[in-house]
Amino acid sequence: MTEDQPSLIPGQPAQPVFRMFGVGNAGITLVDSLDALEFSGAEFAVINTDATGLATSAAPVKIQLESKLLRGLGSGGDPERSRALAEEQFSTLKSACAGADIVFILAGLGGGAGSGIAPVLARAAREAGALVLAFVTLPFECEGNRREQQAQQSLELLKPAADGVICLPGTKTAKLIDENNSIVDTFRVTGGFLIEGLRGIWQLLTRPGLIQVHFADLCNLLRDRHVENAFAYVEASGAGRSREVMERLLNHPLLDEGRALAESDAVLVSLTAGKGLTMAEINRVMDQMKRQCGHAQITMGAAEDPALKDKLCVTVIVAKQNSAPTALSLRLESRTTTNNTGTTGTGTSAVREPAASRPVRQRKPNSKMVQSQLPLSVVSKGRFDKSEPTLHRGEDLDVPTFLRRGLPLN
Amino acid sequence: MFDEANIIAGLEIGTSKICVVVGELGPEGALNIIGIGQARARGVRKGEIINPEQVEEDLRAALFEAEQMADVEIRRVFLGVTGSHIRGFNNRGVHPVVSADREITPDDVEDVVKNAKAVNLPAENTVIHAVRQHFFVDGQEGVTNPVGMLGARLEVDMHVIHGHANRIQNAIRLVRGTTLEVEEVVFNGTAASLALLTNEQKELGALVIDMGGGTTEFVVYSGGVIRHSGVLAVGGDHVSNDLAYGLKVPLSRAEKLKIEYGSAILTDAAKGQTISLTNELGMELKRVNVEHLQRIMSLRLEEVFQLIAQDLEEAGLTDYLRAGIFLCGGGSRVPGIVQLAENVFQMNVAPGHASAISGLTTALDQPEFATAIGLVKFGSLKLRKRAVRPAFSTGIKQVIGRFFTQHN
Repeated sequence: MTEDQPSLIPGQPAQPVFRMFGVGNAGITLVDSLDALEFSGAEFAVINTDATGLATSAAPVKIQLESKLLRGLGSGGDPERSRALAEEQFSTLKSACAGADIVFILAGLGGGAGSGIAPVLARAAREAGALVLAFVTLPFECEGNRREQQAQQSLELLKPAADGVICLPGTKTAKLIDENNSIVDTFRVTGGFLIEGLRGIWQLLTRPGLIQVHFADLCNLLRDRHVENAFAYVEASGAGRSREVMERLLNHPLLDEGRALAESDAVLVSLTAGKGLTMAEINRVMDQMKRQCGHAQITMGAAEDPALKDKLCVTVIVAKQNSAPTALSLRLESRTTTNNTGTTGTGTSAVREPAASRPVRQRKPNSKMVQSQLPLSVVSKGRFDKSEPTLHRGEDLDVPTFLRRGLPLN
Repeated sequence: MFDEANIIAGLEIGTSKICVVVGELGPEGALNIIGIGQARARGVRKGEIINPEQVEEDLRAALFEAEQMADVEIRRVFLGVTGSHIRGFNNRGVHPVVSADREITPDDVEDVVKNAKAVNLPAENTVIHAVRQHFFVDGQEGVTNPVGMLGARLEVDMHVIHGHANRIQNAIRLVRGTTLEVEEVVFNGTAASLALLTNEQKELGALVIDMGGGTTEFVVYSGGVIRHSGVLAVGGDHVSNDLAYGLKVPLSRAEKLKIEYGSAILTDAAKGQTISLTNELGMELKRVNVEHLQRIMSLRLEEVFQLIAQDLEEAGLTDYLRAGIFLCGGGSRVPGIVQLAENVFQMNVAPGHASAISGLTTALDQPEFATAIGLVKFGSLKLRKRAVRPAFSTGIKQVIGRFFTQHN
């Protein structure tokens, strides 16, 4: 942590400072759709390359990365341009992050501004002494190859730069949305999913926990995992709320009807309830979770929030190990080493240390696209295609065991 | 000619085969297996009929074979049923003893049993078996016959096995369509455990796992009564399907590979070994890695055992299985299955043999026939019970008369 940072000084029970950055058009829309009341205590800021996007935003802090090169027309969908611009104004970004303890970056990758600025902003925030968590969406398939590639490249850069990246592929949400929906609705729904995840993490970090989940736990979970995290936020109320919550969770579209859980290798579960969260309820949920993700490392947190009354909210973040062999990228490694020098220090360095030593992975963007699609392809059930599925606690036993347990056959 | 009343036939419509076993009840009450007929089943998936026409055809073939072998005409059968819809659970019935002297009468027993049977089933379900476990008299445990005892409160534990009424009715209708009468419907797991376990083993506590083609049934006995039962709609078909998917071979080929090279545990001999599959001209089509084959198979079978183990643990029965675990069904033929089961359950496991029945030894030794043999045994117990009550000759007539009134 750098010297000029007001850090969490022991003895002073200061609320950590959260700052949310919306980067690019998509990011700005996301930040604007956040309910400021719900996220009270957070400071909002937006960054873009063109002025028109910024003008409509309600965020109190607006940063326009402008240069004569762009002539006020934005980055023109070229992340290299906006990246160069962001590097040029690195100090501006850094000072924007100054004073924050945790920085959330919201962006849609694939376009110009978001893809270019987000990784640089993450790095700037880290150098300014904040922990960085990025929430990004990946483009829809129909948006074309170029955007997909740009998004993947940007994601590769963002992962080492941020402490954690939570990423929502558009292809996943596209399936859930009615085809006839207008494009505006589609984007709104996708953003809604992301915000749900953000809300869950927000609650996780800000509510005083009975069983606390620290930011470090979250980072540990996200670090070095698969490109695609899955997350879900569900809530239920009433007498059978724990059962209902589990049911919704297992049917949650973003968890592939529970399949994502079975394939996961690290899961974070956070339960928040109004008064009267009982041990039995926690047990019931955790038992199910354990059963669902037999091989995963599970971290759990529990908190009470009187405002929720008799609601029970469960946030699940699932990370999956990359099974494909990956090579270390020299270019990216050197980048992280510079980060190291920038971020090593005292204070919360215990949190950050593992982040610095993490290996960085990179694959060719093209092959990655194919790889990341594989688990999504529907497994043919062969002989049992048309028969009633054998469901056992949310698991379809007709699907070969070796597939469900993720056993690689070389 | 045999006395027809003493002929008992068991019919199992399994996922891989349809099997008819004929037994004869001797004058001293000894059961003798005298005939077996079987046909490869088509039109059955996961223990349930999906194509009645094909099943009927196969059933006739199996029936014909059994009749030929036993040289009898089969009129009535005990029909085995299974499927994922079948569930077992324990229920307790309570009945206050109201008579002035507090002596428990047979009427009280009848009432308490009725109370225990009146369980909250889904509307479409029907009870297949309701087995009395133990009575409690004023909380005193382990009473087997409370009639004549004194008490204020009579309770009984029952194990109720129930299933989807329409699905069970489907099988019954199909059998009736072939002019056979269905005497009683029996859960396959119950039948298999009847064939395999001796009274002593039932007393000590034992688990029977019947690994069939489409389903796996399991039944736990302890203290001489059924304590737990269940069906997992996973069987040998799933193993073949996994192999077909994992090794990328057709299902029929996967089936053959399973039988020829399959193993429930990874054998050392399989490491790095491959088999080349050839077409009819002897040309190589594909090489299959035996290690993968066995690993896929082992994972599936292990999972089945794990699921059962989990279920038993939740029911709190793991410590009651002092006689160990007995395997039957085609799945118990897989090499290494006993060892795999021992690894999972950490308990003695043995392949089961149909015991306490005499007759065709070839049939008795085969684990696939355990269920059908058990059906015959179930039938013999029922007949014996009925025959004991009324005078012998009239009794039989009454029994037969009752079938007609019941089932027509």
